[in-house]
Amino acid sequence: MRLETGGRLIDRTRPLRFRFDDRWMTGLAGDTLASALIGQGRILMGRSFKYHRPRGPVAAGLEEPNALVTLGTGARAEPNVRATQTELFQGLRADSQNRWPSLAFDLMAANDLVSRFLPAGFYYKTFIRPRAAWKHLFEPAIRRAAGLGPAPKAADPDRYDQVYAFCDVLVAGGGVAGLAAALAAARTGARVMLFEQAPHWGGRAPVDGGTVAGGDPAGWVAAAVAELAAMPDVTLRTRATVAAVHDHGYVLVEERLTDHLGGGPGPRRRLWRIRAGRVVNACGAFERPLAFPGNDRPGVMLASALRDYVVNWAVAPGPAAVVVTNNDDAYRTALALRRAGISVPVIADARPAADGPLPQAARAAGIRVATGTGIAGTVGRGRVVAVQLCDAGGGGHVTETIPCDAVAMSGGWSPAVHLWSQPGGRLRWDEAGAMFVPDPDHPPTGAAGEPIVTCAGAAAGALRLPDCIASGARAGDPAAAAPPAEAEAEAPLLPVWVMPSGAGPRKRAKMWLDFQNDVKVSDVELAAREGYRSVEHTKRYTTLGMATDQGKLSNVNGLAVLAQALDEAIPRVGTTTFRPPFVPVTIGALAGEARGAVFQPLRRTPLHDWHAAHGAVWEPVGLWRRPYCYPRANESRADAVAREVLNTRRALGLLDASTLGKIVVKGPDAGRFLDMIYTGAMSSLPVGRCRYGLLCNEQGFLIDDGVVARLAEDTWLCHTTSGGADRIHVWMEDWLQTEWWNWRVFTLNLTEQLAQIAVVGPHARKALEALGGMDVSKAALPFMHWAEGTLAGIPARVFRISFSGELSYEVAVPADRGVELWERLVAAGGPLGVMPYGTEALHVMRAEKGFIMIGDETDGTVIPQDLGLGWAISARKPDYLGKRGQMRPALADPDRWRLVGLMTLDGSVIPEGAYAVGAGRNANGQTATEGRVTSTYFSPTLNRGIALGLIRRGPERMGEVLTFAAEGRRVQARIVSPVFHDPEGKAQDV
Amino acid sequence: MLMLVCPYCGVTAEETEFAPGGEAHLSRVGPDGSDEAFEAYLFARANPKGVHLERWRHAYGCGKWFLAARCTATLEVFGTYPAQSKGPPPAVLDRIADRRGAGAAARVGRGAPDAS
Amino acid sequence: MSRYSVFAIVREGLRHHTGWPRAWASPEPRARYDAIVVGAGGHGLATAYYLGRNHGITDVAVLEKGWLGGGNTGRNTTIIRSNYLQDPSAAIYEKSRALYETLSQELNYNVMFSPRGVMMLAQTEHEVRGYRRTAAANALQGVETEFIGPRRVKELCPIMNIDGPRYPVLGALWQPRGGTGRHDAVAWGYARACSQMGMHIIENCAVTGITVEGGQVRGVDTTRGPIGCDRLGLVVAGHSSQLADMAGFRLPIESLCLQALVSEPIKPCMDVVVMANTVHGYMSQSDKGEMVIGGGTDGFNNYTQRGSHHHIEETLRALVETFPMLSRLKMLRQWGGIVDMTGDRSPLISKTPVGGIFVNCGWGTGGFKAIPGSGWAMAELMAKGEPGPLAAEFSMFRFREGRFIDESVAAGVAH
Repeated sequence: MRLETGGRLIDRTRPLRFRFDDRWMTGLAGDTLASALIGQGRILMGRSFKYHRPRGPVAAGLEEPNALVTLGTGARAEPNVRATQTELFQGLRADSQNRWPSLAFDLMAANDLVSRFLPAGFYYKTFIRPRAAWKHLFEPAIRRAAGLGPAPKAADPDRYDQVYAFCDVLVAGGGVAGLAAALAAARTGARVMLFEQAPHWGGRAPVDGGTVAGGDPAGWVAAAVAELAAMPDVTLRTRATVAAVHDHGYVLVEERLTDHLGGGPGPRRRLWRIRAGRVVNACGAFERPLAFPGNDRPGVMLASALRDYVVNWAVAPGPAAVVVTNNDDAYRTALALRRAGISVPVIADARPAADGPLPQAARAAGIRVATGTGIAGTVGRGRVVAVQLCDAGGGGHVTETIPCDAVAMSGGWSPAVHLWSQPGGRLRWDEAGAMFVPDPDHPPTGAAGEPIVTCAGAAAGALRLPDCIASGARAGDPAAAAPPAEAEAEAPLLPVWVMPSGAGPRKRAKMWLDFQNDVKVSDVELAAREGYRSVEHTKRYTTLGMATDQGKLSNVNGLAVLAQALDEAIPRVGTTTFRPPFVPVTIGALAGEARGAVFQPLRRTPLHDWHAAHGAVWEPVGLWRRPYCYPRANESRADAVAREVLNTRRALGLLDASTLGKIVVKGPDAGRFLDMIYTGAMSSLPVGRCRYGLLCNEQGFLIDDGVVARLAEDTWLCHTTSGGADRIHVWMEDWLQTEWWNWRVFTLNLTEQLAQIAVVGPHARKALEALGGMDVSKAALPFMHWAEGTLAGIPARVFRISFSGELSYEVAVPADRGVELWERLVAAGGPLGVMPYGTEALHVMRAEKGFIMIGDETDGTVIPQDLGLGWAISARKPDYLGKRGQMRPALADPDRWRLVGLMTLDGSVIPEGAYAVGAGRNANGQTATEGRVTSTYFSPTLNRGIALGLIRRGPERMGEVLTFAAEGRRVQARIVSPVFHDPEGKAQDV
Repeated sequence: MLMLVCPYCGVTAEETEFAPGGEAHLSRVGPDGSDEAFEAYLFARANPKGVHLERWRHAYGCGKWFLAARCTATLEVFGTYPAQSKGPPPAVLDRIADRRGAGAAARVGRGAPDAS
Repeated sequence: MSRYSVFAIVREGLRHHTGWPRAWASPEPRARYDAIVVGAGGHGLATAYYLGRNHGITDVAVLEKGWLGGGNTGRNTTIIRSNYLQDPSAAIYEKSRALYETLSQELNYNVMFSPRGVMMLAQTEHEVRGYRRTAAANALQGVETEFIGPRRVKELCPIMNIDGPRYPVLGALWQPRGGTGRHDAVAWGYARACSQMGMHIIENCAVTGITVEGGQVRGVDTTRGPIGCDRLGLVVAGHSSQLADMAGFRLPIESLCLQALVSEPIKPCMDVVVMANTVHGYMSQSDKGEMVIGGGTDGFNNYTQRGSHHHIEETLRALVETFPMLSRLKMLRQWGGIVDMTGDRSPLISKTPVGGIFVNCGWGTGGFKAIPGSGWAMAELMAKGEPGPLAAEFSMFRFREGRFIDESVAAGVAH
């Protein structure tokens, strides 16, 4: 119900329409969805996870475990949104969750009727037989009943922003402690960032009363915010939750930008990624529920939450509320209720006496205070209508039943230590407050071992207003003076973990600890009885603290019950680990803007747009895109590849080879260096010549290959594979910087500075001659030579190298002239039958020639000797990278699998990845193998299937027929030479 | 999310700007080494829970390799120094001794640094 | 000790569950045992279990420095598969997967093995070739897998976007009998079974030293006093190097942090396990409804169980690209575990330079799925002093010979 007066956050002149499930209702600007629903008399907002019990809000903020809804519709529907944090806007639509067919009538609540047979961990003891039933029967049923909101059905249409920031002091929490900390720090000149998760500043103080600087706390809050806002180096954000403090002061903040408006232009949320010099954790504290029978009935709330609903939003479940407590703070709720005109029939206080100023004030206001009293049960279907009182220390004999619409419970407070604990800060048990507080002697530490988090205010255990604000100011600047503040003195609380303390098992099975996951006192006791005695075991066995509130309400109560069951002290039982995030963070915000086409950077060669305009089908190669082939209208990819191969072999093909790595190695010791990096001798290569080179890692395995050209006496150009350019450059620098650091060598990765075009085929020379400018005759530029000059007026370096077996020139020109050269070649080649070809034709042609491809013939376990590339290893060199590795027994084994060619007997193509079947089975019962296919293609040139493969002692077994198995069939193939086409190499050397 | 100082360009930067490179100060074993020595060079790792000397490259900065002394149990960084060193320099060893005791410093100290 | 069944639940339900016995006993350590296993994670407990079940050795203590199952057993993404490329890997992971099939019945403890199927997406031509090769190898190894096309991928996992502009799904390696299990239950089930055989599971008992005389192990020093043994199994995952150091040898191991995370629970939307190695991420949905997500490891040595946030971002970016519906879900919790990586990323089940000491470690990012098979092979090694066929190739001395078991050949990340 909505109260006639009051409500510091609402605007009674601005009604807002919203829909919950099937009903349209009206709330007020400033409402949360939860307050608006309570205002409309709706307490039932959700169903629990396991037993599907009816649930109302128990909190008023981010710790809420019950009032979870699906907000929005269609692609913008978001499951598991806390109604207590959802700001109302015009047209808001929310749906209840985890119920069928409706929230009020949920058939799955049948679980509740048999809950005595569904205790913690029952599923570990059942559903064991019959075996198939778990997957087909039990698990699907459990899965359907579990989960909360529905899965989103469509892609998220919203955008998410990410920003980086830096500051000296980051303050998490804009209550009085956080504001005092930010003010004190900012006044020293520090760069300060202050984040508050709620839409408004001040935290609890404006609700809880007391005075700051002689006046209402709200006045001081407004002045503090104004002062901070006027300072140049201060950043203030509301609706921004500090989600995580990571190592070395890396802080994540999620800011809600448009949710409270119901959407809008711009990003929906922003993820701040901040390096903070230090963090002040002023996130406050969470009130603890009391574990009494029936404490989960809708209408039972935290005392502070009911106080918030009444003071902030002027709503309450009904005209009468009972308060049950073990401390003085809850009396503030009783007084606030009375001020708002709500009757408080009784305050049940578990303590034997309550004589502090707050209880005195309650009595003075005419409220009955029953000390030594607890609650034996609640009454009501769907919502509480009465409570049963009992002796707090007894077994639960009901002394009195009191009608009421709400129960405000308080079991004390737990500091929100999450941001302290996430990066490794330790806790200690504060006996007086019965709470874990940060242990200042064991803070989380930064890069230099320095403390990086300070806790302030209630988060440090300073629960009373004067202590709270003073601790905030100190955290901001140890020398700062805190504003004077006053609040009522409070008598010590009495730790109460089970109410009534002598309750039997039947009552303990009705005392909820974790509301969302339906974990009760009896479950924790069962875990202890069964030996799940570590707090982590108990958590995992019972699911205590694993709900979406991550134990904010349940953890301390749960481990206190565990400690009692184990007869241990609470600090000996300890806590579970606090893991990020503090509050769940939207995955879209963590993923950021990098989606779709900009998911990863796209590397484009200078010719990329030409390929795109000419129908290229792309193949991703690292971050590059390379044309796979250029299909014509009505042409399949396979047909296009065959056409490109045949045309290149018969006439003229052009390949964009720009992605090939191009690394210049220069210096007086460059030759010596390359002799170590490559297996072959590069120092002996004459200027003007090219040589094929292999690179191995220290294990001896082949990692890259390419043609090396000697440009000058002290300069070499090393070509690498497309994927290898960056890796090999780093590899070279690694050795130069960390092993041979006194060698005088410089390296430079020129890959993106040059466009490189392979001009391939019998007419290649004619095409270059048509461009003019260089003598590319056999005499002037023989095979495996290179020359520099101009082609069609473009400065060019021309390499006579061939990866296809055809007459071939690779022409490198400055990247910005690449398109020009390509288009000139296309024009000049027109009469010669020129066609571009893609990576697949390249692969087919190199396989026809028996040339290996890194990544196909190699997989990180293959050495050059396996591939018949011993000729590219210099036997005279005393050392090269990989030489020692290749001397090890397994790599020198004559039984190794070695490269051969394979031809099927029927001319078909062997399936990719096929293995050669050996004789019998190995010790583990696996079919023996004696080799595998590494490359397999249809060869348009030979008009049949060809393959390369690694076969045990392969080159010694020419002519043998092997059986290959893959894709459920077997193919027979003969071992042949790996060079299928032009074995004499006549075509390339003309 | 570590913060490291590149000893070459002096920049204090995010972990994402650097690339890790494993244990530092391994001596290369070439063709003359035994199988055991070669295995130790490539595979046997100290992997301490405590002070670790390790390689990093300023991958998205100056491109230089450097070395760091860092605690693997707390992520505290005792210092970074050039890759062209036989062992941690005195300032880093002093810092380790100061923070983790003389024993810890002695375990990772390998004689005088060499910047030849 | 009582047998678990629905009848037992009903019986106990009628007396408010006050009669359940301890799942495992917590005895004081004796002065010596026939065999000691250090590490009461899944692998250590499975080792002890099969020592008793297969080899009749029940005078066994399992020592745990913290709480049972508290290491990587309790912090992984629970994927079970055996679609490995290399013969030794396929053999032990398939043995393990097969044992998982009947583990609930064998242990009388529901470990919730759910063979809902695992698919590894191929998003480049290179990956297509790699997974075709794996499928061909698996067929000969007796592992049931197949390479499926994009349409079938979409049928099996309708929430997937197979037409992403950067990495469209070209197919997948599909193992229908792979799936997930309940990680804690595996440790608890083995612990209960070990305890029923009379073995001692001793928690909060850290090993502080290893006594070696004449090249032979004699026992261990612990925070609860010295304990003698002739056979010592070190099964401590991320902390293997520390234990090896106590015994005076080094391992080819580095300890790195691997992170995982879960979303808030939602209603069922995904019935299979999906792994995407090109973009680095994998995901399944737990029985509770959480999306369980993992990615790659940090690159630097780390014992803190706290990883670097950029890996979380990278993983989620990749998965939002593959599963656009993820974007509006919320990350509920993230955590890290310390994984031990060997020089070839394959495990060690091995004799050591010290007589009587055996190691089982190096499972890296993929240990959970291996628990039963690993325990089976390790128990055989400890019982006989020599490895059986399952463990033979996983010797720590393979690195000296250059005999690697390299799985990175087919896949970038493992799990």
